[in-house]
Amino acid sequence: MQSGDKNIQWYQTKFKAFEQSLNGEKAAAVHSLRRDAMRWFAELGFPTTRQEEWRFTNVLPISKLEFHPILRFESNGITRDRMRPYLIEGAIQLVFINGMYASELSDRGALQRDVIAGGLSDIMKKNPEKIKPYLANQVKGEENGFTALNTAFLRDGACILVPRDIVLERPIQMLFVASDSSFPYLSQPRNLIIAGVHSQFKIAETFVGVAQNTYLTNSVTEIVLEDQAIVEHDKVQRESLNAYHIGTTHLRMNAGSSYTSNVFSLGGSIVRNNNSVELAAEGIECTLNGLSLGAGTQVIDNHTAIDHAMPHCNSHELYKAILDGASKGVFNGKIFVRKDAQKTDAKQTNKTLLLSDDTTINTKPQLEIFADDVKCTHGATIGQLDAEQVFYLRSRGIDLASARDILTFAFAADIVNRVTIEPLRAQLEEAIQRGLKQSHRV
Amino acid sequence: MSLLEINDLHASVNGTEILRGINLTVNVGEIHAIMGPNGSGKSTLAGVLAGKEAYTVSSGQVLYRGKNLLDMAPEERAREGLFLAFQYPVEIPGVNNSYFLKAALNAIRKHKGLEELDAIDFLTMIKQKVKLIEMDESFLNRPVNEGFSGGEKKRNEIFHMAVLQPTLSILDETDSGLDIDALRIVSEGVNKLRSKENATVVVTHYQRLLNYIVPDFVHVLVEGRIVKSGGKDLALKLEDLGYDWVREETGQAV
Repeated sequence: MQSGDKNIQWYQTKFKAFEQSLNGEKAAAVHSLRRDAMRWFAELGFPTTRQEEWRFTNVLPISKLEFHPILRFESNGITRDRMRPYLIEGAIQLVFINGMYASELSDRGALQRDVIAGGLSDIMKKNPEKIKPYLANQVKGEENGFTALNTAFLRDGACILVPRDIVLERPIQMLFVASDSSFPYLSQPRNLIIAGVHSQFKIAETFVGVAQNTYLTNSVTEIVLEDQAIVEHDKVQRESLNAYHIGTTHLRMNAGSSYTSNVFSLGGSIVRNNNSVELAAEGIECTLNGLSLGAGTQVIDNHTAIDHAMPHCNSHELYKAILDGASKGVFNGKIFVRKDAQKTDAKQTNKTLLLSDDTTINTKPQLEIFADDVKCTHGATIGQLDAEQVFYLRSRGIDLASARDILTFAFAADIVNRVTIEPLRAQLEEAIQRGLKQSHRV
Repeated sequence: MSLLEINDLHASVNGTEILRGINLTVNVGEIHAIMGPNGSGKSTLAGVLAGKEAYTVSSGQVLYRGKNLLDMAPEERAREGLFLAFQYPVEIPGVNNSYFLKAALNAIRKHKGLEELDAIDFLTMIKQKVKLIEMDESFLNRPVNEGFSGGEKKRNEIFHMAVLQPTLSILDETDSGLDIDALRIVSEGVNKLRSKENATVVVTHYQRLLNYIVPDFVHVLVEGRIVKSGGKDLALKLEDLGYDWVREETGQAV
């Protein structure tokens, strides 16, 4: 534990410097959250493979390094031109550099009445009363070392507040750009998304590394869907292949609301997505989809947890992975069905396509059911490309390599086609086609 | 030169010999029917010709337009004009029918030194061809065979054949599982595609299909050998007397 202790000290020192820089802001309520979280971090440290939740994903490469927390905005030479391939045309674009809101690079256009969308730090100052009931309500920082670290250095991130009855015509994009750097740094966006009663909108969360440097993105996103709200949330992660990405999303859903999440993991060296959903009332529809593309020595871990607390809720889950090279995939899908959650309909599917002999997948459905009138199913498949399908394509004149590409892309397209933000889907298709071609060459 | 010349072909699956000396010659403009009881090796013969990897050819020779067919990869055979209509067409979720056909057709055209068809020309062409099998245009954008009924799958095979315009088509039990309407549509499709420049080998268990696709030659396959060949009347006789008659007449064990 020597190196672990040393590591905790590194962040404690950084925290002290951060506190000193805050001056008067230290009195703000948010700072007591930070202090608590720092204490938790000192107790928890980074997770190890001895913990069940982290058994298959070793974050030692992360805990060994000394990352510099980014607490101040700097553009680091990032221009809109540079971001062009990742921006979603027609969307409300919120841009962040290393986790800090870049208002100059953002394009909010004319926001619809009463809609708030921008940097959390600004909005916390301007509308503290709107933030207070929600911030760190679902993720306090005591969950694990990563959420503790995020909360301890809570500074900025995306904040989207859509009041009741508002239907957003344009999707909202949160583009998190990681700049190049000569030292390893820590980007920790803290995002808050509140969908008011009867509101409806789509959000795209894009993470992009513009260089091949080493950094850690450790993001935490808290989302609340009030009654009858409808939200599509697409997350596309294209970090540098030398970067680490830990993404935690906690979602609370209220009566009759509907949420669809599509999580695409393309980049990153070690990637962990924690996606937790609380179905807190009746009549909820929750859909969680994911697609991971692993190559080289990438480790891509998706942990999902759906808590059916109330009756008459449906959850559907489809996570897919395409693994090549010596990459590793992890899927852990928890579904809790509590005593009162009668008439629950929960379906979980995990499918993995292995393109090489050196890949590993650990898949674990974890269903805990305490109600007696429910429908819960789960299934996992792991396999290679279907030889019959490959032959069918070849028998029509398509060469072996193209047949494999077509079938592999079709496996991915199943998830890509669920994204309804058209320009994002086009970006994804291109990135995935390119990613698959590259991985074949390795 | 014959289009297809099979000489003393022996092939096995998992060490079991299925084909035990096939001899067959097919010329352009001809329709051949290969009939035989279950397990006689009909589908194995079709699979070996198309290049299925599960089969091992132990001896013999197959010449296609004078070239050694068995040396070619499955896609090369297709590009040279060989086509297999599958007994069990494979479902390909996530790949739509027209995208798939465009990739296939352009691969074949490229091989022939022709320019690739652009999207508009291709679409115009396939919209014409889909009428041949009496399907509406939505058929083009559905994933290949996914969720198709048995009859739709067989019609899709004939549609592929119409688009790719092969020189030698092998129809493997295309009639199995078809109702009378689908049988008529499929057969009419095959007949319309018939020309002096191409040839068809129809593999079937029953004579019924041959009422619609009238063969020039009928061959009876029993236990991996063609034991009897004749004209279309042979099929009728088989229908009346059953395969046991051939076995008795040719001295094959029952």
